[in-house]
Amino acid sequence: MDWVLNNVALIISLSLDHLRLSVIPIVMGFLVSLPLGWYAHRYAWSRGIVLTTVGLLYTVPSLALFMLLPPVLGISMLSQTNVLVALSLYAAAIMVRNAADAFASIDPAALRAATALGYAEWGRFFAVELPLAGPVLVAGLRVVAVSTVSLVTVGVLVGVPSLGYFFTDGFQRRIVPEVATGVIMTFLVAMALDAVLVLVGRILLPWSHLAIASTVSQRS
Amino acid sequence: MNLFLEAWWWLLSPEQYVGQGGIPQRIGEHLYYTFVAVGIAAAIAIPVGYFIGHTGRGGVWLVGIAGAARALPSFGLMLLLVLLLGVSGRDSAALAALVILGIPPLLAGAYAGVQQIPRSTIDAAKAQGMTPWQVLVSVEIPLSLPLVLGGLRGAVLQVVATATLVAYVGLGGLGYDIIQGIPLRRFDQTIGTALVIVVVALVLDAVLAGASRLATPRGVRVGRLGDVRARS
Repeated sequence: MDWVLNNVALIISLSLDHLRLSVIPIVMGFLVSLPLGWYAHRYAWSRGIVLTTVGLLYTVPSLALFMLLPPVLGISMLSQTNVLVALSLYAAAIMVRNAADAFASIDPAALRAATALGYAEWGRFFAVELPLAGPVLVAGLRVVAVSTVSLVTVGVLVGVPSLGYFFTDGFQRRIVPEVATGVIMTFLVAMALDAVLVLVGRILLPWSHLAIASTVSQRS
Repeated sequence: MNLFLEAWWWLLSPEQYVGQGGIPQRIGEHLYYTFVAVGIAAAIAIPVGYFIGHTGRGGVWLVGIAGAARALPSFGLMLLLVLLLGVSGRDSAALAALVILGIPPLLAGAYAGVQQIPRSTIDAAKAQGMTPWQVLVSVEIPLSLPLVLGGLRGAVLQVVATATLVAYVGLGGLGYDIIQGIPLRRFDQTIGTALVIVVVALVLDAVLAGASRLATPRGVRVGRLGDVRARS
């Protein structure tokens, strides 16, 4: 407990770093996944290619990806961009498949009805498809959020400080409370982001909180 | 791109393949941690998942616990367990962290595998006069196998990735050459090893994908069970 009390400032600042390093990839992954997932859903020929590609990407272990991205992108291995791009790729890998499933889960009758009411393709996408895909998308984002928050900690091995700093520093100095604080705070950041996603889902998609709860229970 | 060339030369040089710390030995260690951890996780998670899926009791708990376990950072958990068990116990500490990581996808696979079997199929098996054991062995296990193997695939994917981190606590595995190479700025070694890790992970995943396709009973192979890894 002494260790925690003596390091409150550091705990807060690393938690905020951790939050930033998590939120950017989650948002990037989400934005990338919408067009790709929609495409994979809409055009059957692209489905296999897109989903296989993201599946392979997701298989690559994070430590290996942190080594392989810098020479491809021409950035320093120790830069924050390295970790942000790698985690965005993982987030996109999960979300593309999820978005394709989300768009596929919409009742085609609703889409035909929207077209009959005069919606053009883009208008229909934003006014009908996206909201109806919302519950499944939120469920996918919850999986992405939890996995991203955990992966951020590995970035400390390539010199990008997050709550993972408490793992390596505490391990080397043999301070059990320090490592434990890192684990607990990472867990809390993940739970906090998860709670925010549930809340946002309920506000933006007020009709669907039951649907969100039920998809999540099937997925996990 | 030059760095990839150097990594390629590093991979081609014969000294990487002999003796202590060579690539074959590291692959062996890596697979050892992966298989032992997934094996223990499967021995725990599959029976529990079957039990919950079969009886329908405790499903809510299962979802909550599996979700919470996923939010635990396994790297930190591993270091914490090593500190608590001491250096002499670091082998079991690292394995324990990998087991905890492997349990949620396996549990979800076994649970979902049994739960998705139509009630009428099980009732039909009972009406044929099957004992509960026979129902389990010749109906529930075969019909749930594709999803169980999907869970296994998810567990292996997570564990093989995280097994790169056991090198940080002084154990071997393919992560060793990366974690040791970063501070020395030996990028030919780190990139070369990363390529080996990617190949190992992709091969394991492909083998399990094939197994789960083969395991689908012919009568069920209508394409409704896709890739279930995204669930994990």
